[in-house]
Amino acid sequence: MKILVPVKRVVDYNVKVRVKSDHSGVELAGVKMAMNPFDEIAVEEAVRLREAGRATEVVAVSCGTSASQETLRAALAMGADRAILVETDVELQPLGVARLLKAVAEREQPQVVICGKQAIDDDANQTGQMLAALLGWPQATFASRMTFGEGVVNVTREIDGGLETLELKLPAVVTADLRLNEPRYATLPNIMKAKKKPLDVVAAGDLGVDIAPRLRQVRHAEPAARKGGVKVADVAELVNKLRNEAKVI
Amino acid sequence: MKTLLIAEHENGRLATATLNTASAAARFGGEIDVLVAGYGCDAAVAQAQAIAGASRVLKVDAAHYAEPLAENLAALVTAIVADGGYRAVLVGATSFGKNLAPRVAALLDVAAVSDVVAVAAPGRYERPIYAGNVMVAVESDQPLDVLTIRSTAFDAAPLGGEAAVQVVAAGPDLGLSRVVGRELSKSERPELGAASIVVSGGRGLGSGENYHRLLDPLADKLGAALGASRAAVDAGFVPNDYQVGQTGKIVAPGLYVAVGISGAIQHLAGMKDSKVIVAINKDPDAPIFQVADYGLVADLFEAVPTLVSSLEAA
Repeated sequence: MKILVPVKRVVDYNVKVRVKSDHSGVELAGVKMAMNPFDEIAVEEAVRLREAGRATEVVAVSCGTSASQETLRAALAMGADRAILVETDVELQPLGVARLLKAVAEREQPQVVICGKQAIDDDANQTGQMLAALLGWPQATFASRMTFGEGVVNVTREIDGGLETLELKLPAVVTADLRLNEPRYATLPNIMKAKKKPLDVVAAGDLGVDIAPRLRQVRHAEPAARKGGVKVADVAELVNKLRNEAKVI
Repeated sequence: MKTLLIAEHENGRLATATLNTASAAARFGGEIDVLVAGYGCDAAVAQAQAIAGASRVLKVDAAHYAEPLAENLAALVTAIVADGGYRAVLVGATSFGKNLAPRVAALLDVAAVSDVVAVAAPGRYERPIYAGNVMVAVESDQPLDVLTIRSTAFDAAPLGGEAAVQVVAAGPDLGLSRVVGRELSKSERPELGAASIVVSGGRGLGSGENYHRLLDPLADKLGAALGASRAAVDAGFVPNDYQVGQTGKIVAPGLYVAVGISGAIQHLAGMKDSKVIVAINKDPDAPIFQVADYGLVADLFEAVPTLVSSLEAA
């Protein structure tokens, strides 16, 4: 069984992002970048499945500029077997990425695609579902557990009311939530080994799909900052303030 | 112009997020069709009819909609929209809506807009990115937009309407997936996403036992819903559906009481639109104090029981 894992290069989750002064976007110059944390969870799950003998090959794929090679090397260092960069300078939106991934999936014929449930930059939470739709495959979003049976995968999902377990016919798309696993740190020997693993670069244009952005992000702004309030001395003062000042109890 | 509002319902009850989403649909200014797909879903249909502003309720009743599976529902919505006339498809940004909307959009070959917090006009929306640290104005020239709506940003539509019911033929049963298990948290408390008061606990509570021993009485006293930080959920104190934050539930109650929560950016993303925020934490430098209206630097193991008894005394 082959597993395809899409990974995205995003601003590191520890970075406090700043809006550019002309409101055209977020300042990315000189900002630390990293693999989207949910994609790390997806890579980890795929690598564990290969280590357990369930999967035979883990292929990481990223869509974007050549800088995304760094993200793919990180996936290889975690244990992915090979990587594909779908290279483009076009601003990618989820539908465009899903179209590119569909083309890659048709070439690679994986049994499962494991995506992160959302990227922490645009917080769209769309690409996995869109890919499943375009392929006509079943989907399980927000996965916290995956187990495989004959021709099926059972996925426990974190939903608003609790947990739900779906049985999906393979091939299928699964999107990883926080509690699916804890991703490993790549060791130095594995980082060195990753440099020698195959990384193919495919020009997005060669895949013959429309990736033009459909939406215009016309203005970025920081939300009105919430003002810190006061410190109260004790519980009695807190209750008094809530009752007589804020009037919320 | 008309919009299609996809209703979310369970056990004969409409989700409250559907009412908030109806207010977003009303911003388009046209007719609103409410789609209720289910199996034996008359009770949900009746509630949908009552949504003020709804023009008609599209009822689709078939066994393969007994569970809200994305594959079958997306195929159905696509077929309904293909009949034409819709400017937008809206659904709440709940786990149901987030699962469904992108699938619908891709089948319709349009982009989706997630977590919409403002509809300035048809095709002009606002949404948060980077865990709510940046707001972006989005414009679309698409003939049809697919949106998920953040329910805390829109008031619930009032009830009292009497929309007509139109029975619509079921779509195909694709048979790609099925539900094989469900563990839903049972609680007598208000729903976390819609409660007017939320009491939330973090890692500072130390254990699930402490969480419930300290916070249950406080929530009882305040009539509050219970929530938690990701750290508390990861540590196993409470189940996943308690989680408030960027990747959990987004809440904006009148009063949010954060107990033993340090205030990681991911948590603040889920609660910083609350009207009044109270933080109880022994670390005076905890980031939660930067957003709290009332901060109490104290040992929560003493402060919370004292708070409960002083609420009792009143």
